[in-house]
Amino acid sequence: MTTALMRVRNLDKRFDTIHACRNVSFELHQGEVLGVVGESGSGKTTLLRCLSGEMLPSAGTVEYDVRMRGLTDIAALSEPERRLLRRTDWGIVHQNPRDGLRMNISAGGNVGERLMAVGARHYGEIRGEAVDWLERVELDQDRIDDAPSTFSGGMQQRLQIARNLVSKPRLVFMDEPTGGLDVSVQARLLDLLRGLVRDLHIAAIVVTHDLAVVRLLADRLMVMRRGEVVESGLTDQVLDDPQHAYTQLLVSSVLQP
Amino acid sequence: MTVATNHNGGTESGYNFAYLDEQTKRMIRRCLLKAVAIPGYQVPFGSREMPLAYGWGTGGIQVTASIIGPDDVLKVIDQGADDTTNAVSIRHFFQRTADVATTEETEDATIIQTRHRVPETAMKEGQILVYQVPQPEPLRQLEPRETECRKIHGYAEYGLMHVKLYEDIARFGHIATSYSYPVLVNGRYVMSPTPIPKFDNPKMDSFPALQLFGAGREKRIYAVPPYTTVKSLDFDDHPFSVQKWDQACALCGAEDSFLDEVILDDRGRKMFVCSDSNYCEQRQAAGYSNPAAAADIAAYQLALQGEADA
Amino acid sequence: MTHMIEVTELHKTFTLHTQGGTSIPVFDQLSLAVAPGECVALYGPSGAGKSTLLRSIYANYRPQSGAILIRHGDRTVDILAAAPREVLDIRRHTMGYVSQFLRVIPRIPAVDVVADPLIQTGVASEVAKERAVALLERLRIPASLHQLAPATFSGGEQQRVNIARCFVVDYPILLLDEPTASLDARNRETVIELIGEAKARGAALVGIFHDDEVREAVADRLFEVETYQAAA
Repeated sequence: MTTALMRVRNLDKRFDTIHACRNVSFELHQGEVLGVVGESGSGKTTLLRCLSGEMLPSAGTVEYDVRMRGLTDIAALSEPERRLLRRTDWGIVHQNPRDGLRMNISAGGNVGERLMAVGARHYGEIRGEAVDWLERVELDQDRIDDAPSTFSGGMQQRLQIARNLVSKPRLVFMDEPTGGLDVSVQARLLDLLRGLVRDLHIAAIVVTHDLAVVRLLADRLMVMRRGEVVESGLTDQVLDDPQHAYTQLLVSSVLQP
Repeated sequence: MTVATNHNGGTESGYNFAYLDEQTKRMIRRCLLKAVAIPGYQVPFGSREMPLAYGWGTGGIQVTASIIGPDDVLKVIDQGADDTTNAVSIRHFFQRTADVATTEETEDATIIQTRHRVPETAMKEGQILVYQVPQPEPLRQLEPRETECRKIHGYAEYGLMHVKLYEDIARFGHIATSYSYPVLVNGRYVMSPTPIPKFDNPKMDSFPALQLFGAGREKRIYAVPPYTTVKSLDFDDHPFSVQKWDQACALCGAEDSFLDEVILDDRGRKMFVCSDSNYCEQRQAAGYSNPAAAADIAAYQLALQGEADA
Repeated sequence: MTHMIEVTELHKTFTLHTQGGTSIPVFDQLSLAVAPGECVALYGPSGAGKSTLLRSIYANYRPQSGAILIRHGDRTVDILAAAPREVLDIRRHTMGYVSQFLRVIPRIPAVDVVADPLIQTGVASEVAKERAVALLERLRIPASLHQLAPATFSGGEQQRVNIARCFVVDYPILLLDEPTASLDARNRETVIELIGEAKARGAALVGIFHDDEVREAVADRLFEVETYQAAA
């Protein structure tokens, strides 16, 4: 049995009177995709922020298997160490690509930034890698010198994924990765994500309210309600045989096309 | 601190020596000491209102005012020239408020305040070069958040700086940034060398004189102490290089100086002359010239004549 | 354990919280063992819990008590108690499942849908695709459809893609939920052949076959789920 890539124990997050996350615990292993579902305000995004080190939990620990160090409480890392983690070993895909891209920098520059951040200083190689990644996310390489502001929403999202995966992260956080995209673009993006996650053996934590997205993408599922994980298990178990009243409500509320 | 002890006879009455009050000068000197101690680090300072608009050298003037003494000899250049409006005004300002001697000779000056150039004549130990800085933050156009910029400097996460150079090559095929070309100071802080042409960047490396930078509007001071390494950022396959001209200076024939383009007539005729006026004059006085450009000079003088007549 | 699957004292009740907490007991004290090379047909009227049992074995449903031991490689694992990643590993390498409906990412070509489970076991993608094409051809899916997404296929074609997706890997255990429901006679024959081949290589099969002809052709014994009906 391998050790976990991330181990979360009794994570709690409070904002004054609001208890955003209560007593969340789980383990995530290399190559696993964990979905977190729940309605708006259930604490999904706060949980993701605590996991990705953007916020520190009020109580409990988030441990990550830092290279050469093993499982380490990310709150015990110094800020530059956390920042380094966030731009090398982790990827963060935002719901709105504008939050994850530099809109006035060309597509190639966006993809190359992480490489330059870890010391790549050969223009030709950086560009070669950028071309390669544009191809992997099915973007026309002729667009390499265009700014993302000239891209469609789906293209921006794919560019954001390339920008994150270029550093070969082991863990990617995604907040509603297909939110705001029309359905035909969603399907293509989901297939792309699934393929990349599997080929590169990346672990991912996907926060979404879209149950169809987690069914296709996630191996496991956590259902959150009012900051608490009310149910967790294999994705198809939770969706096909929901045990908790809230999960049953969630599953039965989905519109079937 | 009293006005009387510092106030020399020939200066404007009613002002403290070198215009700024002593408390302000002390504050700025403390910032300067910190800046020298941490080469390339931007020290915030309480920039004062000066009797000229931001963008005209208020930062440089405050630095100069804080370090100048009655025995100093001041030279002020703007785009390399001693005789341009900004240079003349600032020189005049310190003549009136500090009654210091001024000069146009690089060798004779103890303090040189500059906008956009490092003098061609080599500077030496003991001299101070004060730069007027419009934008001290090299990351500004890439990262709009000030808090994030501070962290990037603090943790030396400078990958982003190369993104800018990447963008240049992607767009123009070479690093097209020719002014404010970012440098790494003392192997630690990335610094904007203000809008000097990148032609002057190599001069900053292991410079014998003290280099001080003042940004009045942005309220930042930074410094490069003598003999500090200053390396221009580049890529392995696109190494840093400076501008080159296929002409020599039309007036003095210099081939090693930064040249300005001078338009001679409405038909696009032009000539190139040293931007450093003092350097050019010194060479001309020493007998250097550029016979190939005699016709251009004649046309130029004719044009000047025409302007004078009109 | 000499059996591939060993279900002991299984109990399953659905509780519908959204409908006033209604309880629907399905089965109780259910035990079933399946040996290698054996095909067990689940039998009984609709609503008896055949699909529920099949899905429980696949760990898709979560029974309240009991155990389902699965031989996974050289180990025996209780799939009800196994960690999610172990269940996934069992599904990847040991246990295949043909559901009644094909559920895949839209816009993926049929050949990729079929090759996918094999690729997941570590087989090179070209080899997997070759095998997928062969299987699709055997199930009479015209080559012109291989590069199209199955969403546009007819019900029978989708069902065959589903079967191909399961039989592309030589799983030691196969769970079949009405695999021949909407197939014509020739394709039904092919599925019977495929099942026969799986038995011959020692796979354990549990299936629901509504078609008497198919059931008689493949089943070694019948298992009456209704016998274990829990008291309501």
